[in-house]
Amino acid sequence: MKVKVRFFASLKEQLGQDSMDVEAAFSPATVAGLRAHLCSDPAFAAVFEQAGRLRAAVNQDMADDDTPVPERAEVAFFPPVTGG
Amino acid sequence: MLRSKVLVQEADFDVSTEVRWLREGLPEIGAVATFIGTVRDMNENSMVRAMTLEHYPGMTEKALENILKVADSRFEISSAMIIHRVGPLYPEDQIVFAAATSAHRQQAFLACEFIMDYLKTEAPFWKKEDTPQGARWVSARDSDDSAMKRWEQVS
Repeated sequence: MKVKVRFFASLKEQLGQDSMDVEAAFSPATVAGLRAHLCSDPAFAAVFEQAGRLRAAVNQDMADDDTPVPERAEVAFFPPVTGG
Repeated sequence: MLRSKVLVQEADFDVSTEVRWLREGLPEIGAVATFIGTVRDMNENSMVRAMTLEHYPGMTEKALENILKVADSRFEISSAMIIHRVGPLYPEDQIVFAAATSAHRQQAFLACEFIMDYLKTEAPFWKKEDTPQGARWVSARDSDDSAMKRWEQVS
């Protein structure tokens, strides 16, 4: 499965990158599954753990852990929003 | 809803120009409710010298348009809009403009408040403040989550 992953705000700074392409099978094919796949890298795991509560979007719609991640999706992870 | 727009921009906005746009040629409107969010010089006991607003281009516009769509389905509004600024901002600057119009004030007030409560938790913006102690990302407030949740209980 091919997925584009994007990061924003403090998470982007802590990871030192704003996006990455993931080409891997992860199961389940959901936000939680993708996150677990990313966190198989200890550097990612440390940042995600330290970040605390994070939110996600799939194809630019707010998502939760169980939201399916389709082929060629754009999935974003970011801290809770603070606009307004 | 007869008219709506969403703008995400670095430039400032002029409230009277926008209110005219909301009302022009719509004589059924009897009430215009507006909200303007501005940059404070203090947050969590620190001076704020400046802030930078980051967003998620593409998703931001989609999220704001969806908020107006939901507001339209829940309230009797004639027109509505959201302008949100991004980039560097300084104390006293305008950040956000939300407005809704209706035949009578109650629906306009409710819609405007609903738009802001949803925007605070659902629109992908992040503020980074520049303070004398250094730059820091603003943390989300629990009070914003509870403000949003109260709309789930109301029919």
